[in-house]
Amino acid sequence: MSANSESALAFSPRRVAAMTLRYWYLLRSSWPRLIELIYWPTVQMITWGFLQYYVMQNGGLFARAGGTLIGAVLLWDILFRGQIGFSVSFLEEMWARNIGNLMMSPLRPFEFVTALMVMSLVRLAIGVIPVTVLAFVFFGFNLYGLGLALVAFFINLMITSWAVGIFVSGLVLRNGLGAENLAWSIMFLFMPLTCVYYPVATLPVWLQPAAWALPPTYVFEGMRALLIQQTFRADLMLDALALNVVFFAGGVIAFLKLLQNARRNGSLIQTGE
Amino acid sequence: MPASPAIEVERLVKIYKKVPAVDGVSFAVAPGSITGLLGGNGAGKSTTIAMIMGLITPTSGNVKVLGAEMPQQRYRVLHRMNFESPYVEMPMRLTIRQNLTVFGMLYGVPDLVGRIEELGEALDLTELLDRPTGKLSAGQKTRVSLAKSLLNSPELLLLDEPTASLDPDTADWVRAHLDRYRRDRNATVLLASHNMAEVERLCERVIIMKRGRIEDDDTPARLLARYGRRTLEEVFLDVARGRIEAREAAQ
Repeated sequence: MSANSESALAFSPRRVAAMTLRYWYLLRSSWPRLIELIYWPTVQMITWGFLQYYVMQNGGLFARAGGTLIGAVLLWDILFRGQIGFSVSFLEEMWARNIGNLMMSPLRPFEFVTALMVMSLVRLAIGVIPVTVLAFVFFGFNLYGLGLALVAFFINLMITSWAVGIFVSGLVLRNGLGAENLAWSIMFLFMPLTCVYYPVATLPVWLQPAAWALPPTYVFEGMRALLIQQTFRADLMLDALALNVVFFAGGVIAFLKLLQNARRNGSLIQTGE
Repeated sequence: MPASPAIEVERLVKIYKKVPAVDGVSFAVAPGSITGLLGGNGAGKSTTIAMIMGLITPTSGNVKVLGAEMPQQRYRVLHRMNFESPYVEMPMRLTIRQNLTVFGMLYGVPDLVGRIEELGEALDLTELLDRPTGKLSAGQKTRVSLAKSLLNSPELLLLDEPTASLDPDTADWVRAHLDRYRRDRNATVLLASHNMAEVERLCERVIIMKRGRIEDDDTPARLLARYGRRTLEEVFLDVARGRIEAREAAQ
């Protein structure tokens, strides 16, 4: 065996495939898990879709900004479901008391994180793709009509969701399942500041720098620019990407530090509350 | 030249919030041997094993496993070792075959399908391979955990209370299998337990721990002779209740 394959930085696609297979077995073994993936995005999209329909019928700014609300709902779901998809797969290991088995196996932290990212994409696809079809059928909103802009939005939102997911996983690893609620609620901290449903200019001036420090803000502003002014703001997407690099690196560093801390505190063999 | 130890533990200390869980423990385990780590609840056995596995970082001291410093160099040796512990479980919704497939891929086991069949036969799991792990009895789950721990044919096997909560028949069956595996593969086994009969039956050497320290370390026969007892349980009670110190103080 080469020295490289024995290093902590070695990367094995086979081990990533093993973990992805493990989550896939789990997902397909439980129909409530599958239903849950689709249920909330559908309910949310239908609620906001009808609200948008009502606002458009009554004229005003939103009448000209067709699809802004539904677009925001769908993009928010990509951000939120991406993080939840990552975190839930991780929490499955905590609930199953399987973390010790994994940490004692040759699986490297980067491989574990990669498998969680793959699963967040799989879960997101199962949950959000049918909802985008429903949005088109019910409200005539075609998310895929955003074209290449959608790719830029999607990449940026996914990187943010993974960065947050990695950070939360580290916190749960270090503090046990007592920190589980963070996995479900942390993204809602972002909601008012990332200006999902309104422009950044709506926020008080002193709060706006905080909003611009978060990558999703650029995506939601970019979406509004596209839908209202029919302009693709590449500059916003590049700014979001630069911030995302910082967020992702921060998430990984925090995860590794928290893992190190968990080894010091013995949390890896006491994964309860 | 004698073979280097499979496990070397040197002045190992683990302190949690000023309370020592392990307090200056040193020992070495020869390759191919089976050693019991004996002690009551809170004696420091599980913490010592977890530090040997690299799951806990020591406050001070050194652990070397198969020549690698733990936990810093753990990826050099993790594929050559395995463990079983009541503190971890196999995912319940996955079938035994799915669980063993996932772990087999993680460990890079060659001819995985054949190895799973082989372990299924050896551990009497063949009929159960496609049943969800959560639907098994305690004894069957222990056999699955054992199958997982033997999947990569480890040179070093760390077992923490391997027969805890098993009925006497299943426990005896598990012990017999472990003993056979150790002899067939010349594997090294370190077994933490507070089951005296288990340690007496399986181990060539016994390390007795109390309050994070090693109280005694010898072969079962020599321990029985030294303490003038007929069973390890009596020896353990002498150590646990401080009878030796009391006797020595009286003398």
